[in-house]
Amino acid sequence: MTQDAIIQVRGLINQFGQQRIHDDLDLDVERGEVLGVVGGSGTGKSVLLRTIVGLNRPRAGSIRVFGEEMSGLTGEDLKRFLRRWGVLFQDGALFSSLTVAQNIQIAMNEHTTVPPQLRDEITRLKIDMVGLPLEAGSKYPSELSGGMRKRAGLARALAVDPEIVFLDEPTAGLDPIGAAAFDQLILDLKQSLGLTVFMVTHDLDSLITVTDRIAVLVDKKAKVGTVESLMRDNDPWIREYFHGPRGRAAVAASHKAH
Amino acid sequence: MTSPEGWIKRSDEAGSTVLLVGGDWRIDEMATLSRAVERALPSSGSGDLRVDARGLTSIDSAGAWLLFKITQLAGQRGYKAEIKGLDPDFETLIERATQAAERFTGQTTAPPVNPIIRELNQIGKAVFDVFGKVVELISFLGLTVTSIAFGLIRPWRVQIRATIRQVELTGLNALPIVGLLAFLIGVVIAFMGAVQLKKFGAELYTVDLVGVAVLRELGVLFAAILVAGRSGSAFTAQIGTMKVNQEVDAMQTIGLNPVDVLVLPRILALMVSLPLLTIYADLVGLAGGAVICATVLDISTSAFITQLATAIDPSTFWIGMMKAPVFAFVIAVIGCYEGFKVSGSAESVGQRTTTSVVESIFLVIGIDAAFAIALSYLGI
Repeated sequence: MTQDAIIQVRGLINQFGQQRIHDDLDLDVERGEVLGVVGGSGTGKSVLLRTIVGLNRPRAGSIRVFGEEMSGLTGEDLKRFLRRWGVLFQDGALFSSLTVAQNIQIAMNEHTTVPPQLRDEITRLKIDMVGLPLEAGSKYPSELSGGMRKRAGLARALAVDPEIVFLDEPTAGLDPIGAAAFDQLILDLKQSLGLTVFMVTHDLDSLITVTDRIAVLVDKKAKVGTVESLMRDNDPWIREYFHGPRGRAAVAASHKAH
Repeated sequence: MTSPEGWIKRSDEAGSTVLLVGGDWRIDEMATLSRAVERALPSSGSGDLRVDARGLTSIDSAGAWLLFKITQLAGQRGYKAEIKGLDPDFETLIERATQAAERFTGQTTAPPVNPIIRELNQIGKAVFDVFGKVVELISFLGLTVTSIAFGLIRPWRVQIRATIRQVELTGLNALPIVGLLAFLIGVVIAFMGAVQLKKFGAELYTVDLVGVAVLRELGVLFAAILVAGRSGSAFTAQIGTMKVNQEVDAMQTIGLNPVDVLVLPRILALMVSLPLLTIYADLVGLAGGAVICATVLDISTSAFITQLATAIDPSTFWIGMMKAPVFAFVIAVIGCYEGFKVSGSAESVGQRTTTSVVESIFLVIGIDAAFAIALSYLGI
């Protein structure tokens, strides 16, 4: 385990009622990498994400982000933290009473003091960055398609140039072309902005194209590795996942592409 | 994280203007940096302008945009601008900003509209909306009436479980609040009557006042207003949320008629529960009057009942009761109609719920007034 972990989860326990979701889970995310998180339904992928960003209080365990313990952070300290990451929720979770541009500006207004004209220009830049047409900025979320809402959600997550972005199933519900474009977008942004990406996904193609390492949630713990190392793993679920028909196809496609 | 602040300096060399930039160009520093750029950049000039970026330690997309803007502004002011010495890691960001700006020139944001025209536009739209709404409401009414008619022909098709459940929700669960309110209404009227009628020595007629007011008007009116607030709003919110979740669409694809499944049980339920609530409100309202008569006016409960029997014609009670199903129908239809009008967002659910309550209370009172006028012409 390296010193350079930007997110460090140790001994995490999450439990709802009688059902234990995570049991003594350890996970490191290194600076500048794209970490994919996979697992069967109900293995707590989204719960893990929510726990790291502080939306869910774990029963036990420590979560250190940027080298600081998360629990016990309040007020201004917490706010300073929140500024350094962005979250893209499954369906974008845009504020439905605001336009896309206002959605993006809300974080900018909260955390920075950018002069209005420059703020509008940066907003337009973000809208362009995620591949939306400029006129999308004045539209309301209900007027956008699902894919556009996701892009707008990503633009909001990137509004104040965070160091980490958390993506909850970014390609779910997109058509294959849209999903591939989204993958490329994430790679691009990672390259140019030096982002660390924590990505929960079901999408094998996107997992193989985008991620540097993969964390598989099995037996209430996280097993981390690269595609190659995980393909040699003996755990039945992991074998099924990577050696099943879809897994094979995705791996074969990625080999062909290289 | 402490970081070197971003800075920009002008340092001319022979023949060309040079701007030195360095430090962190990040969004947190945009306020100071954009002012510094304004100061450093000459307002007009010619020849080469070089932006020397060797001092940059880090940059984000906002910083890249500002850096690009220096070259853009310099271009507009007559210079031939160029960024030099940029770390290759930062180049992609500048490129992005440049490409974005090129795309911006092709696209324009909507031009501002004259405020007077916008206002006129809104007034016109509002007028048309009202007409549109009346037409839609009538067609929705048609749909529900057809559905009711079919329900009468084939009663086994009516969702009887859902209907009973709605009777429980709209009727049984409303008993405490309707009872409390009706009792207080009875108390208030009795007090008012007692004070005024005492001046003429006609305290006994307080009983008549309470009886007529509660049975003919207030019992049913307050029950209906409460039901509009409690259940009409609930109808809108329930159906509206189902609309947002595409449950209504799902029903249609399975072959269920949303009007049969969602609207009919609610209308029938309300037409059962509101008359029952009205009887209950009448009784409790009279009880409220009786309590005041007994405590303040020394009219015993038996005397109250005797006086009530002579003062009140059965028709008084039936006039009140007659209105209950009408009110129930109106409240349920408006509640369901507004629910179906919900579109897309959570905000829309809230808006429609408000509209539904306001409209149904307005219509209840309006119809009550129409009843009063019509009955007085008929001499009842």
